[in-house]
Amino acid sequence: MSRIDTATDSAAAGAPSTGTTPGTAPRPVHRGSSTASLVALAKAMLRSFFRDRMALFFTFLFPIMFLVVFGLVFTSSSGSAQTIGVVGDGALLKQLPTDILEPKAYASMDAAVQDVKDGDLAAVVTQEGDQLVLRYAASDMVTSATIRGVLQSLVDHANLAATGQPPTYSLSGSKVEDESMKPIQFITGGMLSWGVATSATFGAALTIVSWRKKKLLRRVRLSPAPVWTVVAARVGVSMVTAVIQAVLMIGIALTPPFGLQLAGSWYLMLPLLVFGTLSFLAIGLLVGAVAKTEEAASAMANFIVLPMAFLSGTFFDLSGAPAWMRIVSQAFPLRHMNDAMLDVLARGQGAGAIVVPCLILLAFALVVTAIATRLFQWDDA
Amino acid sequence: MIEVRDLVKRYDDLVAVDGVSFDVAPGEFFGILGPNGAGKTTTLEMVEGLREPDSGTVSVLGQSPWPRNAALLPRMGVQLQASAFFEKLSAREQLETFGALYGVEGARIDEMLELVGLADKASTREDKLSGGQRQRLSIACALVHDPELVFFDEPTAALDPQARRNLWDVLREIQSRGTTVVYTTHYLDEAEVLCDRVAIMDAGRILAMDTPAALVRGLHADTRVALPHGVLTEQEARDLPGADGVQVTDTDLVLTTRSPSVLVQALAERDRLDGVSVRTATLEDVFLQLTGREYRA
Repeated sequence: MSRIDTATDSAAAGAPSTGTTPGTAPRPVHRGSSTASLVALAKAMLRSFFRDRMALFFTFLFPIMFLVVFGLVFTSSSGSAQTIGVVGDGALLKQLPTDILEPKAYASMDAAVQDVKDGDLAAVVTQEGDQLVLRYAASDMVTSATIRGVLQSLVDHANLAATGQPPTYSLSGSKVEDESMKPIQFITGGMLSWGVATSATFGAALTIVSWRKKKLLRRVRLSPAPVWTVVAARVGVSMVTAVIQAVLMIGIALTPPFGLQLAGSWYLMLPLLVFGTLSFLAIGLLVGAVAKTEEAASAMANFIVLPMAFLSGTFFDLSGAPAWMRIVSQAFPLRHMNDAMLDVLARGQGAGAIVVPCLILLAFALVVTAIATRLFQWDDA
Repeated sequence: MIEVRDLVKRYDDLVAVDGVSFDVAPGEFFGILGPNGAGKTTTLEMVEGLREPDSGTVSVLGQSPWPRNAALLPRMGVQLQASAFFEKLSAREQLETFGALYGVEGARIDEMLELVGLADKASTREDKLSGGQRQRLSIACALVHDPELVFFDEPTAALDPQARRNLWDVLREIQSRGTTVVYTTHYLDEAEVLCDRVAIMDAGRILAMDTPAALVRGLHADTRVALPHGVLTEQEARDLPGADGVQVTDTDLVLTTRSPSVLVQALAERDRLDGVSVRTATLEDVFLQLTGREYRA
């Protein structure tokens, strides 16, 4: 038990009388460098984080789950042929344009109509002599109108052919790849921004509240490590987290089922990640300054991040949103990060596209940090 | 080492610390004791430099701890509470992290684990340690940079008796290395065993301050000698030399005496020592006399 060399005369041992300890020789004073403190604190935070399965799930897996769900939902619903029930094998039915209407064979009209009633089928068609008989669902006006239009043109075409006359007019069409993007192109940037917003906000808020509650904040304040090293460690850890999120998210979006195509300027997302993280850390700092318990901090962070995500166009395109919503969304850092992410990840815009968003993110971070610093308390007593 | 003069701290209309003064000498083991809410922790926090006193002065190692005095911090160690750990880090990692804040590393970490008897728990995460182990780890973390002065705030609170005894050994060992220890506790028996000098606090004031032995002596309190029923009749007891008073309780016949050696000698001569217990005054009696009420932690 007594292997430590204190610089003290061992006569001090076992002399419990009042104030009669022999003069203590000066001990070496230990004072860590700021860099060593910063590295040690960052390492401790990273270790705590990577050992917390719940935090890992919400930071990495949860945003990816959203990416997968949104990515697959949007790709499967666009551009596929409409299924139509077909009964019998009349001559006209064989001429159905299968790129638009995909036939599904039914044995009887009754069975097919039942499926239409149940909402499982948009329409059913059969040929009775020279007549095409169509029964369609009344609920979906657009789909049924499309089907009626296609079948009408089929009938018109057959009628014209029956007269033996060559057609006077004709329509020629060819495909053009349009400018509108595949959904994955804008989902990826939005999901990434949202993931970063969540992890940075919660990371800062929960670190502050739990360290304060456990008196770890005071304990560190009573060490010679400067206060800024604690802040810098948290910023560093959140930046590392954001980069890992970006690598995972974009890596998955690039795989064939999603088919993300990165624009040439994708690397410009790095400054966006940095400034975005600063903004969301500032929000977390504010939450951490106000909240007394982890539960309160979680609730407050959710209360800010979720509405911000919706109003910033993370889950849907804001171009169809009401004007007031688009104006309000300008107040949120996530909106600017989303837009700029889209510009550099998908639209291939250059550095000019991110200058203003980065400045806005930085300004937001500074203002909110200033407010949070005023409200901040080292302990809750 | 520490000079505290007329310290006052108010919270709204509550006076938490009301004119406290004391000195602590180098190498001393100084205890601040009293019931919960006596103002012990607030006093300690002002001495550590965590709180600003409303009035009065604090000098630690010749310097003022408030506002945050970076020159002073490496020379003192602080244990605040057993939960002040980095989440999910092992015992060794906690010590390494705190050590790094002071520029301490390597062998010193192992020495600290050894000192508090946690060498075999080095890779156990903080949340898997028992209450006593957490307390010992937090003490090791406070000592990692070999400070001249350490503050422990209720290090033995909420521990079972065995864990408390283990901790006492650690605390004694720390003092034997020449480290000055200032600590708070609400266990009077413990302070009596460990401290060179104690300050008894109640309601924000120091009621008495001296060595535990001197405080108890100052009471001039009677010694109580308890005999099981049936050993002596009440009359026989009254007739014993040295017996000043006799009380009959549910369990015992209790003799009070100012000359315990005479009384015990007399019992020995009559071969009536079986089951006898002798209880001298303790700090609890000091507290009772000072405040007029029973001591309740």
